[in-house]
Amino acid sequence: MQNQTLDPRNENDLAILELTANEIRKKCIEVSFKAKIPHLGSCLSCIEILTLLYWSVMKIDPDEPLNSDRDKFILSKGHAAPVHLQILARKGFFDEKLIETFGENGSYFHEHPPKPGKVAGIEAATGSLGHGFSMAVGMAKASKIQNKKNTIYCLLGDGETNEGVIWEAALLAPMLELGNLIAFIDYNKWQATGRSKEIMNIDSFAQKWDAFGWNTFEVNGHNLLEIYEAIQSSRSAQQQKPSMIICNTVKGKGVSFMEDNNNWHYKTPNTEEYNLSIAELETVK
Amino acid sequence: MRNTFAKVMTELAKHRDDICLLSGDIGNRMFDEFKSVAASRFINCGIAEANMMSMACGMGMSGLKPVVYTITPFTTTRCLEQIRTGTAYHESPVIIVGTGSGLSYAELGSTHHSLEDLAILRCIPNLNICCPCDSNELEGHLKDALEHNGPTYIRIGKKGEPDILAKEDCKIGKSNVVKDGDKNLILCIGPIIGEALKAAEILQSKGLNIAVASIGTIKPLDSSFLELMLTKKFENWITLEEHHRAGGLGTSILEWLDDRNALTEVSLIRMGIQDKFIYELGSQSYIREKEGIDYRGIIKTIESL
Repeated sequence: MQNQTLDPRNENDLAILELTANEIRKKCIEVSFKAKIPHLGSCLSCIEILTLLYWSVMKIDPDEPLNSDRDKFILSKGHAAPVHLQILARKGFFDEKLIETFGENGSYFHEHPPKPGKVAGIEAATGSLGHGFSMAVGMAKASKIQNKKNTIYCLLGDGETNEGVIWEAALLAPMLELGNLIAFIDYNKWQATGRSKEIMNIDSFAQKWDAFGWNTFEVNGHNLLEIYEAIQSSRSAQQQKPSMIICNTVKGKGVSFMEDNNNWHYKTPNTEEYNLSIAELETVK
Repeated sequence: MRNTFAKVMTELAKHRDDICLLSGDIGNRMFDEFKSVAASRFINCGIAEANMMSMACGMGMSGLKPVVYTITPFTTTRCLEQIRTGTAYHESPVIIVGTGSGLSYAELGSTHHSLEDLAILRCIPNLNICCPCDSNELEGHLKDALEHNGPTYIRIGKKGEPDILAKEDCKIGKSNVVKDGDKNLILCIGPIIGEALKAAEILQSKGLNIAVASIGTIKPLDSSFLELMLTKKFENWITLEEHHRAGGLGTSILEWLDDRNALTEVSLIRMGIQDKFIYELGSQSYIREKEGIDYRGIIKTIESL
């Protein structure tokens, strides 16, 4: 299972993917509890997107993490690194025991991704919002110059789109005809201090990206099949255009008392909350 | 210098398929030849420097050698965080070229001056910082930067600067004596070295033999060159830069002397722009004179020692 490709259109594979997402959810909560790592709500909202990419979509080989023809994933919302690192561990990019050092002094496993090369599978050290998306645009342009057939994937947060540089990149990528760039927005409707739409005017996301010249899709970001089909559609859509898949998600997804509760942007679970959340996730079959 | 930059880039791009040129919507017609030899590797990133810098970082991490080009304040302080957290932190082999540096665009006002860039960029790890004084030094720095597996900032002038150094002397991290002398040594960066040479020529007629050197690279400093200068027993080291006195060449030399426990071996005079914005408009030579960093100011400083 570690490195096999799973097709979410297949019922058995879909069930495995869903269970994998659930296991990763538990791991993220455990790390947040044990190492006091925040941004738990932001992690829980994007687990299905990353699970699908790593088990059903991306051409990657954990045994050859620097293969020059590999697909690349850039976590532009770098504060979701706990999800990404758990997935890389489960995929076998490194010894899973390493991740047990999460949050310890001297460990590369912390709130944001480390410099590439420190942990296999990390392509960019993000955390300053807006940077990763432009780096992904650069990587996609590089692949075109080098005549590579790989795809660059990038995940943004909805709050991250407050950054002006996002829209600089959004204007340029279609001009460069980056059909090899597929981006996602984890549209969980919250940012650090409040409702996203009450802070900046990000309503009509799909129309905005469409107007900027992107193939634009809107899906339920917790429905693996919907995300998968949007990726397939983006490949068969206008191929010279980059694609933006807007994933409607729930911050804190999977744990009843965390869902759509923005306190879990910064809060970490206490023992009772940890036990309750794991108990809830244990019921998922 | 900027025409040399375009010419050298074009020549190099003919033979290397990894060199890319990213422009922040400037260089009208200047890069036509580059485009004719490497159309897919010329990218006009628009007036959007932050995205341009991070893009270049991503391209550098993908095995290419991106060269980012626009007017100095816009390719440095405008996108500072993209340089720090992107290019420098990731050690991506991006070459950042700032054109019209210092007061080259004096008449365009403070928006187009770059008098802080060295101070700000100098404290970012992993970043080489070059300030060529002429086209030959620019060519040497550019070629060396393309061989370097990390980022380099090259701060260039505008156009029409005379050639001063021989090509074989121009490398990253190499400083050069341009004129020998005794007692007083002027250490320069960038095209303002022309003012030092003019001052030295006038002072020669008054019986003063002033030495002039091009430091060329601020980071890393050429320590062996500075050690050699210490052995020459000059009384005064005068640093000259088209930059604020804070944080640039003068400060670098001061720090070097301090680290070397040599502060008492020479008297250091730091010539540059005082801690203020320049609100007055005028030509580069007019503002240099007003700020006391032209040849007249240098003569006045040396005669007062």
